Amino acid sequence: MHDHNRRQFLKTAAGATAALALSAHLSPAGAAVPPTAQVNTTGLAVTDAEVTVGDLHSKTGTMAISETGSIQAETLAIEQINAMGGVLGRKIKIIYEDGASDWPTFAEKSKKLLVNDKVAAVFGCWTSASRKAVLPVFEKENGLLYYPTFYEGLEQSKNVIYTGQEATQQILAGLDWVVKEKKAKTFYLIGSDYIWPRTSNKIARKHIENVLKLQVVGEEYYPLGHTSFNSLINKIKIKKPDVIYAIVVGGSNVAFYKQLKAAGVTSDKQTLLTISVTEDEILGIGGENVAGFYAAMKYFQSLDNDNNKKFVEAFKARWGKTAVIGDVTQAAYLGPWLWKAAVEKAGSFDVNKVAAASPGIELKTAPEGYVKVHENHHLWSKLRIGQAQKDGQYKVIHESGLLEPDPFPKGYQ
Amino acid sequence: MQNNLLKSFAGRQGWTSILVLALVLMVVFPLGLDIFRLNLVGKYLAYAFVAVGLVVLWGYGGILSLGQGVFFGLGGYCMAMFLKLEASDPISTKIQSTPGIPDFMDWNQLTALPSLWQPFQSFSFSLLAVIAVPVLLALIMGLAMFKRRVGGVYFAIITQAVALILSVLIIGQQGYTGGVNGITDLKTLLGWDIRTDTAKYILYFLCAGLLIGAIITSRYLLGGKFGMLLLAIRDKEDRVRFSGYDVANFKIFAFCFAAGLAAIGGALFTLQVGFMSPSFVGIVPSIEMVIFAAVGGRMSLVGAVYGALLVNFGKTYFSESFPDLWLFLMAALFIGVVMAFPNGIAGLYESIAKRRSAKSDDTKSEPLASAPEKTAAAADKAHWPHPGAATATQS
Repeated sequence: MHDHNRRQFLKTAAGATAALALSAHLSPAGAAVPPTAQVNTTGLAVTDAEVTVGDLHSKTGTMAISETGSIQAETLAIEQINAMGGVLGRKIKIIYEDGASDWPTFAEKSKKLLVNDKVAAVFGCWTSASRKAVLPVFEKENGLLYYPTFYEGLEQSKNVIYTGQEATQQILAGLDWVVKEKKAKTFYLIGSDYIWPRTSNKIARKHIENVLKLQVVGEEYYPLGHTSFNSLINKIKIKKPDVIYAIVVGGSNVAFYKQLKAAGVTSDKQTLLTISVTEDEILGIGGENVAGFYAAMKYFQSLDNDNNKKFVEAFKARWGKTAVIGDVTQAAYLGPWLWKAAVEKAGSFDVNKVAAASPGIELKTAPEGYVKVHENHHLWSKLRIGQAQKDGQYKVIHESGLLEPDPFPKGYQ
Repeated sequence: MQNNLLKSFAGRQGWTSILVLALVLMVVFPLGLDIFRLNLVGKYLAYAFVAVGLVVLWGYGGILSLGQGVFFGLGGYCMAMFLKLEASDPISTKIQSTPGIPDFMDWNQLTALPSLWQPFQSFSFSLLAVIAVPVLLALIMGLAMFKRRVGGVYFAIITQAVALILSVLIIGQQGYTGGVNGITDLKTLLGWDIRTDTAKYILYFLCAGLLIGAIITSRYLLGGKFGMLLLAIRDKEDRVRFSGYDVANFKIFAFCFAAGLAAIGGALFTLQVGFMSPSFVGIVPSIEMVIFAAVGGRMSLVGAVYGALLVNFGKTYFSESFPDLWLFLMAALFIGVVMAFPNGIAGLYESIAKRRSAKSDDTKSEPLASAPEKTAAAADKAHWPHPGAATATQS
C-alpha cells in the first residue's frame, strides 16, 4: 500500500516535471498551442486544430447586392488570418448561412449557428431589421455577433460588437463640416421610411436646430423602393435649401439621383450631403448622376494610406479587378481581426471572456487607419467627407479627429 | 358517390390518418428531435394552421385566397402587441426618453402609448382579439365581395391587394407597428419566460394539440351538410343558389373559418419564434401558404400539415446545406410536386392505396364498385384545379 502510493507520487511528479520542461521550452518561441480544455470551457466548436465561426448574410433576395461585399470582406479577413496561423494556433472554419433578406430567416439561422453548430462568433447581418431579429437570440444563447453596418444607434449589447459607425459619429461632424465649408443655413432632410433614416434625421434636426442654431425647411420620408421623386424635387426647388441631407437607401437611390439630375439639380448649383451612398450604390446609380455631391462616412476606397492600399489590392486579387469596396465592406473586414485580437487578449474563445476583453482592443492595421473598441462595444473612428467623382469613386476632402461612439446621445433623443 | 363520400368521413380510415399524424407530432418528433429542431417544427406547424384553413376554403369551397398572410399576421400581431407591452415595463425601458412604452415607439418620437395599443394590456382582450380582429376583417371582406358575387380570379386578386395594403400600412406606420423591423424582443407571457427550453416544449405541445383540434373541427364541419354544400357550390354554384341556398353566407363562413385558423397559427408563431414582422403579411408569404396546401394535397386536411412540414423542412434543409443553390432546389420541389402529383402528397398516397384496393377488388371480382371511382379520379386529374365532386375525399 505504502509502496504503491510512493510509486504513484513519483510518477506524477515525473510527469509534471516533464510537462513543465516542455512548456518552458516551447513558450518563448510562442508556438505552444494552449489545450482546448483551457481555451474553451463553454462547449463551443473548438478542437485542437480548428475553431468554427458563422457567417450570416443575405446571399439571396433584395439585400444580396449590398451584403455580398460583407461576405467577401469577412472571408478575405479569415483567409488572411488562417494564412498567418489562425487564432490561438487554430485555423478558422466558416459556416455560411443565408439570411435570404428575410428577418425571421435570420433569427432561425442565427439560432442554428449558435445552438447546433456552437460557433465561437458570428460575422453578419446588414439591415437593422435583421439585427433586431437576431439580437434576442444572441442574448439568450450568449453568442457573439460582429455587425458591420453604420446604423441608428440606440442599442448596446454585451453580445454584439458594432464595427460600423453609430448615428452621431456619422452625422454631427458631417453637418459641422458642411456648415463651416459651405456656409449652409437651411437644410432639407430626406429619407427612406424606416428606423435608420428616421433616427438619423432626428439627430440631424436636433443638431441643426439646437446646436448650430440653423433651420430645417423640410423633412420627408418615402417607402423603401419608392421611385418617383418628382413632387419632392419640386418642393426642393421652391424651398431652395442650402443643403439637401439625403438618407435614401437601396434601389430608390437610382431613381432619386437620376431625377435630380434630369430636373437640373446638379452639384454646381446645389449642395447635397448623403450618409447612405457608398461606392457600392454608385455602381447602380451611375457616377455621372452623383458627381460632385458629398458623402459622410468613415471609409472610402480611395483612402490614401498603406493599410488601405494593401487591403484594396488583396481584395481585388481575391474577388476580381472590378470589385468595389464601400464603407460597410471595410467595416465587415474589421470583424474577424477584432475578434482575433480579443480572443488572443482573453486567451480563450469563451464568449464572456472575449466580450470582456474587447473594450480597449486597438487595430492599427485597419484599412480606415486606426480603430479602438469602446466600453460600449462600438468603435472609435474618424469621419471623412468624400466628393463623388464621375468614375464612381470618392475623393476624400476632409477628415475629422477620432470620434467617440455614443449610441445613446444625450439631448439628441 | 355521395354515400361514398359520407362513408369516408365517418369511416375508420380518416380517423386513422389523424391518429397517425397525432402520433407523429406528439410522440415521434418530441422523442426524435432536439429542442432546437422541435421548435422549428413548431414554427412549421403554425403555418400548417393556414394550410388546413385553405383546404376548407380552397379545396372544398373552391375559393382561392392569396391573402391568408393577412389573417396570420393580424393574429400574430395581436399576440405580439400584448407580449411587447409586457416586455416594455418602465424598469427594463428606463434608458428611453419615455420609459414604459415599446422601444420602437420611443425611437419614433412617440411620448405616450397610442390608444390603439391600450386594450392590449389585458391578456383576455388580446386572446379575444387574436381571433376576433382577423375574423371581423374576413367578415367585412366576405360581405363586400361574396354578396356582390365577386369570385374566382377577382377574389384572389382582391385578397392579394389587401395583403399588399396591410403590409404597406404596417411598414409605413412604424411608430405604431414597429415598421419593417416588426415587433421584436418578446420575452414573457404573464411573467412566464417563453424563451426557455421548457417553455418551448410546452408551446410545441400546445401548438400540435390545437392543430389536431383544428383538423378534427374542420373534419366535423366538412363531414356534415356544410361540407356537402361547399363542394356543391364549388362545382355548380348556380344550381345551389337556385335550390334556395344563400351561397354567399356559406362562402363567408368558410372564409371567416379559414381566417380564424390562420390567426391562431399566427399567434402560436409569435409565441414560439418570439417576434412578428410584416414579412409574414405580404403577398409572397401568402402565396407560399397556398403552396403548403397544394403540396400537401388541397383536399386533405392531414395532407396540408404534411405539406407545410415538407416545404419548410425543405427550405431549412436546402438553405443550410446549399446556401447558394437552395432557391433553385425549392423551385424544383414545387414544380416537381405540381407536375407529378397534382393532388399533392395526399393524392399520391391515395392513388397508391386505391391501386392496392383495386387489386384486391379484382381478385374478389367486384369491378362495378371501383370503376366509377377510377373515372372520377381521371376526370379530376384532367381538370385540376377544378376537380370533380368525387375527388379524394379521404383525408
